Amino acid sequence: MDFSLSPQEEAFRKELCDWLDKNTPELRQRMRRQGPPGGAPGAGEESPEAQEFTRWWHKKLYDAGYVGIAWPKEYGGRGATIMEQVIFNEEMAKHRAPGGVGGLGIGWAGPTIMAAGTEEQKKRFLPKILSGEEVWCQAFSEPEAGSDLANSQTRAVEDGDDYVVNGQKVWTTGGMRADWAILLAKTEFDPSVPRHRTFSYFLMDMHSPGVTVRPLREMTGAAAFGETFLDNVRIPKNLMVGQKNNGWYISMGTLEFERSNSSSAIQHLTTISNLIELTHKMERNGQPLSKDPVTRQKIAQFYIEANVGKYIGLRALTRQLRGQTPGPESSVGSLLAMELGQRIEDLAMYLQGPYSQLVRGSKYAIDNGAWQRSFLASRGRTIMTGTSEIKRNIIAQRTLGLPRYTE
Amino acid sequence: MNFELDEEQVMLKTAARDFLEKECPKKLVREMMEDKRGYSPELWKKISDQDWLGLTFPEEYGGTGCCFLDLAVLLEECGRALLPAPIIPTVVLTAHPIMAAGTEEQKKQYLPKIANGEMILTLAFMEASGGLEASDVNVTATPSGDNFIINGTKLFVPDAHIADYLLCVTRTKNGPDKEQGTSLFLVDARTDGIRIEVLKTMTDEKLCEVVFNNVAVHKKNVLGKLDQGWPVMKRVLVEAQVAECAWMTGGARWAMEISIDYARLRIAFGRPIGSFQAIQHKLANMAVEVEGATSIVYYAAWTIMENNPDMTLAASMAKSWCGETYKHATFDGVQIHGGIGYTWDHDMHLYLKRAKACEVTFGDSNYHREKVAQMLHI
Repeated sequence: MDFSLSPQEEAFRKELCDWLDKNTPELRQRMRRQGPPGGAPGAGEESPEAQEFTRWWHKKLYDAGYVGIAWPKEYGGRGATIMEQVIFNEEMAKHRAPGGVGGLGIGWAGPTIMAAGTEEQKKRFLPKILSGEEVWCQAFSEPEAGSDLANSQTRAVEDGDDYVVNGQKVWTTGGMRADWAILLAKTEFDPSVPRHRTFSYFLMDMHSPGVTVRPLREMTGAAAFGETFLDNVRIPKNLMVGQKNNGWYISMGTLEFERSNSSSAIQHLTTISNLIELTHKMERNGQPLSKDPVTRQKIAQFYIEANVGKYIGLRALTRQLRGQTPGPESSVGSLLAMELGQRIEDLAMYLQGPYSQLVRGSKYAIDNGAWQRSFLASRGRTIMTGTSEIKRNIIAQRTLGLPRYTE
Repeated sequence: MNFELDEEQVMLKTAARDFLEKECPKKLVREMMEDKRGYSPELWKKISDQDWLGLTFPEEYGGTGCCFLDLAVLLEECGRALLPAPIIPTVVLTAHPIMAAGTEEQKKQYLPKIANGEMILTLAFMEASGGLEASDVNVTATPSGDNFIINGTKLFVPDAHIADYLLCVTRTKNGPDKEQGTSLFLVDARTDGIRIEVLKTMTDEKLCEVVFNNVAVHKKNVLGKLDQGWPVMKRVLVEAQVAECAWMTGGARWAMEISIDYARLRIAFGRPIGSFQAIQHKLANMAVEVEGATSIVYYAAWTIMENNPDMTLAASMAKSWCGETYKHATFDGVQIHGGIGYTWDHDMHLYLKRAKACEVTFGDSNYHREKVAQMLHI
């Protein structure tokens, strides 16, 4: 066991830190101009200024070679080792630097195309994902198929060189401005075939005739995701990824990429330092809140949990480095992180007392309402990438080997 | 970087588990609860033959020169087996400070005999206050010729009744700075004036009251520098906390595994209770805590091994986390087992009681969270 960095890893960290130190002053300045960023995923403001800002930052990252660092060199990535990815995530979080355009393209669509796509698909799509020229969204969930994804009803029927797709998708993050979508649709309609063998995986042009996206407003007031209606949308057959009726398994692979290592725990550590700053600023009974023993207990507990999450993540990483299948560490780590994030945000609101009611633009709002936004966004954390209940089922059934409930 | 056990550590763990399953069945654990000594000298000898006692000692003192992390791996297995033997008091609480602060003569006197199982030692630290600070040390040692005379009462001293030597933490100066004037003495447990009484405990672990009534100890038996014992003690506490955490993690993992097994087999309403979400989610929560405990304990043990300055913070994080983990695992372990889990015959209560004892040993979770808060400058 060794928690220290090798000289090469140390050099990578230094190069990255130097770059961040050079570029963060301008980043801060631009971020201030467009108001506080949302803390949690899904809080993204869709204003033109915000989009312009993200594109600017993406280009900075891209030019410096910090987009898709995990991607192999042949596809324009950096071919970073897993350890370098950890360092990257850690330093980005420490420097409070946001990501670039379309995390979904870099983290999900791209890796899936690399793993299961044709040479033609790779050449056509990968470079523009990296450069941020094309933005991707994901069309998996449906109104009647959220946690129970295999209940999806959207149909794709063969017609000449195309598939014709009809159905409705929902929670399409970034759907309104996306150029392309990864889509899961039914291609086998024989009811005797097991559900998991009835889906195919498609790359869908969001600008195709028949695609309509209606924004869905979240409780934050922002509309980061939408409902996507598919009305006789034609997708050329060469945009299917992998084999027909094998889409379920490819989509599960896509979900694997999303499994976080230690990075969300490290983001929490950054939020906790903001929280500590807040307790120094706020007063209660004539003294800083930081002196309150109950508050100290709670924040220390968050700090401990974030570190526990970090080291769970690093153990999961070691398995990955050794080429082993993910152990219990990976799923328990993400469950811990998602719930911890909510508790941190909840306490941050609570500590502000009556001021917690004031939002961005309000005269006395603390930190210009940043906490209020990130608190609301945090409520989605235990739903968005699989509810915490589903995560617990997965831990119980897949890693602890408990039996499934069957009628 | 590499955050998992290496091959040798995995071998050590497997060998320890096999050895303890054979040599330390629950029958023995229960016998030792009733036993006056509370440990089996035969098993102690076998443990020493496995090179466990001198695991971390340099070879010149009869050890095998392994690191603290190796010891943590071993203690995890001991905790899983509820090994009734004074391994933490002897190795972590006394042999390690002797290694760190002892004279060459002291190291030669104690370490080889500890390694080969001839000598049991323990730490006499806590007093009536039950606290862990230098200001809690009020047993006095006053100079008298070539000797120091020790007076006062130590409490919660583990296994003092079977110890050959006590490492006694005393006050030799009483100024405003309590960390100054703390001195450590190696005291022969059979010296005149020492009275040891075993206290009845819920776990049947042997915690003792040790009364020092004008006990004379030669000045050469001071460990480290006179009046400068506190820095040595601080390190002992950090190591003790992490050792205790490793022990607790082993017990918590046992409670989780046996509860999973039971939930798979126990049928109610025509299906295994483990298929109910109420049970699955309890066990999933347990898995989060137990995997978390393992992760933070390995990290904390690594900081000790590396003399990393974060060791105090890491130890406090680990102790706070593991205190909760072990307790929750055994509480839910009883709950998942239902009536059978509540019986004397089932082993779960042995772990549940140990969890409650470990929770308050070397600082409870609130104590350590406050320590963390201080170190974070909240």
